[in-house]
Amino acid sequence: MPEANTLIDWPEEGATRAPYAVFSDPEIYAAEMRRIFRGPVWHYLGLEAELPEPGCYRLIDVGDTPVIVLRNSDGEINALVNRCAHKGTMLLFEPFGRVDRLMCIYHNWAYDLDGCLKSIPFARGINGKGGMPDSFDMAENGLDRLRVESLGGIVFGTFSDATPPLEAYIGERLMANYRRMTSRPFKVLGYYSQYLDSNWKLYFENSSDPYHATILHAWATRLKLNRFTMEGAIEMSERGWHHLSWSKMATDRHGEVYETEAFRSGGGNFDEFGLHDTSVIEQWDEFGDGITTAIQTAFPNFVLQQIHNTIATRYLVPRGPAGSELVWTILGYADDDDRQTQIRLKQGNLIGPSGYISLEDGMVGSLVQKGIEGDKDKSSVMEMAGGSIETIVNSRASECGVRGFWTAYRALMDV
Amino acid sequence: MATILENSAHVPAAIAALMTEYVHAIDDDRLEDWPGFFTDPCIYRIATRDNEERGLPASLVYCDSRAMLLDRVVSVRHANVFEPHRYRHMVSAVRVLGKKGAEYRVHSNYLVTRTMRDGTMAVFSTGAYRDVILVGDGDALFRERVVVCDHGMINNLIAIPI
Repeated sequence: MPEANTLIDWPEEGATRAPYAVFSDPEIYAAEMRRIFRGPVWHYLGLEAELPEPGCYRLIDVGDTPVIVLRNSDGEINALVNRCAHKGTMLLFEPFGRVDRLMCIYHNWAYDLDGCLKSIPFARGINGKGGMPDSFDMAENGLDRLRVESLGGIVFGTFSDATPPLEAYIGERLMANYRRMTSRPFKVLGYYSQYLDSNWKLYFENSSDPYHATILHAWATRLKLNRFTMEGAIEMSERGWHHLSWSKMATDRHGEVYETEAFRSGGGNFDEFGLHDTSVIEQWDEFGDGITTAIQTAFPNFVLQQIHNTIATRYLVPRGPAGSELVWTILGYADDDDRQTQIRLKQGNLIGPSGYISLEDGMVGSLVQKGIEGDKDKSSVMEMAGGSIETIVNSRASECGVRGFWTAYRALMDV
Repeated sequence: MATILENSAHVPAAIAALMTEYVHAIDDDRLEDWPGFFTDPCIYRIATRDNEERGLPASLVYCDSRAMLLDRVVSVRHANVFEPHRYRHMVSAVRVLGKKGAEYRVHSNYLVTRTMRDGTMAVFSTGAYRDVILVGDGDALFRERVVVCDHGMINNLIAIPI
């Protein structure tokens, strides 16, 4: 396979440009799976709350690789590649469940909950004939493992020995919001996913791009839920790989700019827009700090979300060069009272594939995918706030978050 | 109607008419008529089979008043943006499972195709309607309509109600 740095001719402007070819080229996709998804990054694997007892497991795709995340009999969390060492068969296919061992259906090779190969049918043959040779080493034929770290009830894994510890990976600056949102045990309220007709990076660019948020999602802008004219910031991790965008809706000043003709939210179509039942945006100050929106990313594909009282994780599974699956886990906290749960469920109308705020996010990536198909030698332009990948406070008119994503991408792809 | 309950000759016809008019209103892009198929208050949810079977309460869409239904319509028309598309609903296997007073518990199957403006058409959703229908003298209204999608993965987005 050719090295990535010969596959991509990156524009000399650097991270203010992304060549369109990276969104559809199959060879670049294959290089991403190897260099990024098997590289020095942490992947979201699920929640401690999903694995309450020994033997409880969940399945997840890490890039193109199916993974079993399970709690072993000692209560430790393992992440094992969901593939028998014999023929490569997937071992489990129900997305959640409980097992006392992992037995392949194909030839009943069986593994313990640490992925060690424990038994092979007919290993000694029949009547002294056949069977496995003496040279076969059971210990050398266990399941492939990921390195696992659990932090604040969220489980991450990595294929690479070079990945720094998880807290260092997220970075001290962004750990503050991570701790803020993970200080209490989670409770899962549900799951859903979206199949998107767009390369995985187009959705993740979107998640790293606060510039679009108050413009594309005019529903929330018009209702004064999120505006750049509110107190807020884009905070960048130390290397620029991850970002956090936050705002406080009660602090809007001069937000009337959004009702001018430069914005869709100021257009005539909005004259007939307004809520007849405001219970959908009934809310409380979730963390007592006035912050009403906090979107935090971890390169390459994880989002931790607070939109008012909707708490969610999102992660992105690449599905070939021109497709991706965005998987949502809708959360509350274990100590929520019934009223808080009810508010979270009703605010669920704001997020996901039917979300008043988020339904445009998947759609816009498919518009980009179609728009760029014929001109793979051209590039997107991201010069809002110049070339900076630095934190910006009390303005979010910056594309630092997206440039940070491309900074990480270029480092790992060596382009 | 698969089942005809006692002494209520007009009930099956009223339920059938409600279910039929509902899908025609959506497929004909008369979304403004959609809230009128419900009582007030009401429940309209779009859920997934996996979540329902696991007792997980999160929905894709969750409305509990006619005003919330109206807000869905107003948002689709005037605030949210997406590539234009239309649905075609097929509803079958309607079962009346029981009644309590004038409320009938009715389950049925649905299939919805989605056709984009460029002509691309695909099956968009299959699943079941789990309804509680209030039947009056001459008409019927949904007290509750829970759309249980067979699939937890949605192709791109759901803007128009199912």
